[in-house]
Amino acid sequence: MAHLQENAVKKIVEICDRYAQERTPLMMILSDIQKEYGYIPLEVQEIVSEKTGISVAEIYGVVTFYSFFSLKPKGKYVIGCCLGTACYVKGAQQVIDKFSEIIGIKPGETSEDGLFTLDALRCIGACGIAPAVTINGKVYPKLSVDQIPKIVEEYRALEAN
Amino acid sequence: MSKVNIKIEGIPFEVEAGQTILEAAKACGFEIPSLCAFNHGECSKGSCRVCLVEATGARGLVASCVYPVSEGMEITISSPKATAARRSSVELLLSNHNKNCQQCEKNGKCELLHVAKITGARDDMYQGAQTPTTLDRLTPSIVRDTSKCILCGRCVERCKNAHGLGILGFEKRGFNTIVSPAENRSFANSPCILCGQCVSVCPTGALMEVSEIEKVDAAFKAGKYVVVQTAPAVRAALGEEFDMPIGSLVTGKMVSALKRLGFKKVFDTNFAADLTIMEEATELLDRINNGGVLPMITSCSPGWVNYAEINYGELLPHLSSCKSPHEMFGAILKNYYAEKNGIKPEDMFVVSIMPCTAKKYEKDRPELSVNGLKDVDAVLTTRELGKLIKRSGINFTKLSDSEFDNDIVGEYSGAGVIFGTTGGVMEAALRTAAYTLTGKELEKVELTEVRGFEGIKEASYNLAGKEVRIAVAHGMKNAKVLLDQIKDGTSKYHFIEIMGCPGGCIAGGGQPYVKPCFLPNEGADILDTYKQKRASALYSEDESKQIRVSHKNPQIIDLYKNFLGKPNSHKAHELLHTTYVKREKFTK
Repeated sequence: MAHLQENAVKKIVEICDRYAQERTPLMMILSDIQKEYGYIPLEVQEIVSEKTGISVAEIYGVVTFYSFFSLKPKGKYVIGCCLGTACYVKGAQQVIDKFSEIIGIKPGETSEDGLFTLDALRCIGACGIAPAVTINGKVYPKLSVDQIPKIVEEYRALEAN
Repeated sequence: MSKVNIKIEGIPFEVEAGQTILEAAKACGFEIPSLCAFNHGECSKGSCRVCLVEATGARGLVASCVYPVSEGMEITISSPKATAARRSSVELLLSNHNKNCQQCEKNGKCELLHVAKITGARDDMYQGAQTPTTLDRLTPSIVRDTSKCILCGRCVERCKNAHGLGILGFEKRGFNTIVSPAENRSFANSPCILCGQCVSVCPTGALMEVSEIEKVDAAFKAGKYVVVQTAPAVRAALGEEFDMPIGSLVTGKMVSALKRLGFKKVFDTNFAADLTIMEEATELLDRINNGGVLPMITSCSPGWVNYAEINYGELLPHLSSCKSPHEMFGAILKNYYAEKNGIKPEDMFVVSIMPCTAKKYEKDRPELSVNGLKDVDAVLTTRELGKLIKRSGINFTKLSDSEFDNDIVGEYSGAGVIFGTTGGVMEAALRTAAYTLTGKELEKVELTEVRGFEGIKEASYNLAGKEVRIAVAHGMKNAKVLLDQIKDGTSKYHFIEIMGCPGGCIAGGGQPYVKPCFLPNEGADILDTYKQKRASALYSEDESKQIRVSHKNPQIIDLYKNFLGKPNSHKAHELLHTTYVKREKFTK
């Protein structure tokens, strides 16, 4: 736990305390930590374990079960490509492949400049606008492969300014 | 409990409401093949799908280990649909299993192979991808081989139930799921206490002890003076390896077998248990009389010591500084017995037969050596001794009885024997502490307050006008309660006994497996009664001994007179005491 900063520890403890009255608080705690820090490393899981009495192995199991949670820091812009059934039949594989090709990272990875993380998601519940992609919460509906270079360029330009 | 009427295979039965189909069927005399279900629902995840049956009112086939019975339910076990489904379930498990059964140490006690036989599973019915596997052999105690794991979850539950620890968990998702410590770490870099409870419930060869049989073979081959000592709990369970009833006391046969195996001397660790009592009782009285750290906690169980070092570093001064009995014996053998018998200590090889996997780790601790020589060189579990005996063509059940060696060391009292069960160390220590404090023997040496399998037992004794309050806990879940009291400053005890495994050593992680499917002659309740049966065997040996208190063991008296001086002397500290270190939970 040595390399966690004191205020980070405080914040995580505070998040755990928020749900002290809940019968099954783990998902809520992990969700909040994921939102706050963008990832949930083992050191943080140890604090959650101490606060909740749930074993680290069990917490680790939950973190690795849901693709929404991450063990490593994510990039500034998190590209979530839905690969659920509806999106998949509408060409989501080609969409994610295109992002992968342009940014030069595989799904689950973060670009070296820390700008992008590419995530494969399992059904985000937006089947009506398949194939759907979210970037930091912004939804890109019915995305076609040829729109992708421009989207990536826009985020890169945003950063350059 | 209210009752419901059901039919199994067309036959009407009245069973308890709320039971699962598996339990109800068992009570009615049916044995549905099952795998993940274990010990009255201690593990019952319905994950293996081996126990599928047809039940009216249900959609499709149901996993009988999780599906409750209901009024009017008709259950079919033997229909073509159900038998084919169970067979497919096993075939699917086998399709992602490392089927090197002949080399597998679990062969003969493998429940997967057992249900494969029963269901008629065919070879290689499903072929395809395999889950990436992990082989962890980094600790001296336990091997984890996920290529054999069927994801039943028994180990996960046992670790949680016994210790409140949950070292193991399910990691990742779907086909990539494995059971492992967080981050798929080795047990060596996790807060695992190496007790082996997970090993004792694993249905396959996914969790096993690290075998040291080859080490012992090598020592014989190198012409070492190989001696062996056996822990008390071993004699109460070794017979089970040879299909004897649970609770058979096989002390004499065990000694005969060990002599046939070629060990130069066969000693009883109980001698050292008596020695431990002398040291520990003296340490306790010293702490009580001179304002030492109280409560004092026993230190015989290496699983418990691991737990303390990892989780309660600040409480380590409470642990007795006494080495565990087999380590004390090793030190005495190499530093006293060897010299008396003209043996070079470095030529002596001490093997301990233990009911324990954590002892394998303990013997490698650098603190447990004298002058650069390890006190103990190899630790075999009760199960490994069973293998060694079978390998050597010894017909164990036909052996006549022999006596332990006891030329100058080895004699033991009844107090030493009961170390093997929860409460035993406390009872033995109090027998001697009472004498030391009052100068009189206890009128009744049986201290029944500390016997039995209650999670936490407590009592108080008036010894020479002093009230001595004691508590006994087994399994870390129970121990934690007492430890947190010490931490909060609310502990009222002087002396606490803690054993790593629930039930104490008789139910240790190195003891013969208690798997009902391989014990057709035991009662259906064997998982509830085996600890009591093994413990009774030890209490009966205690009763049969003429000397039942450690301080009257004549060889112990001589050992102090001729060599150690008195308990807790400088010499005793050098050979018989140790130190502990606070450890991190997750090391890099």
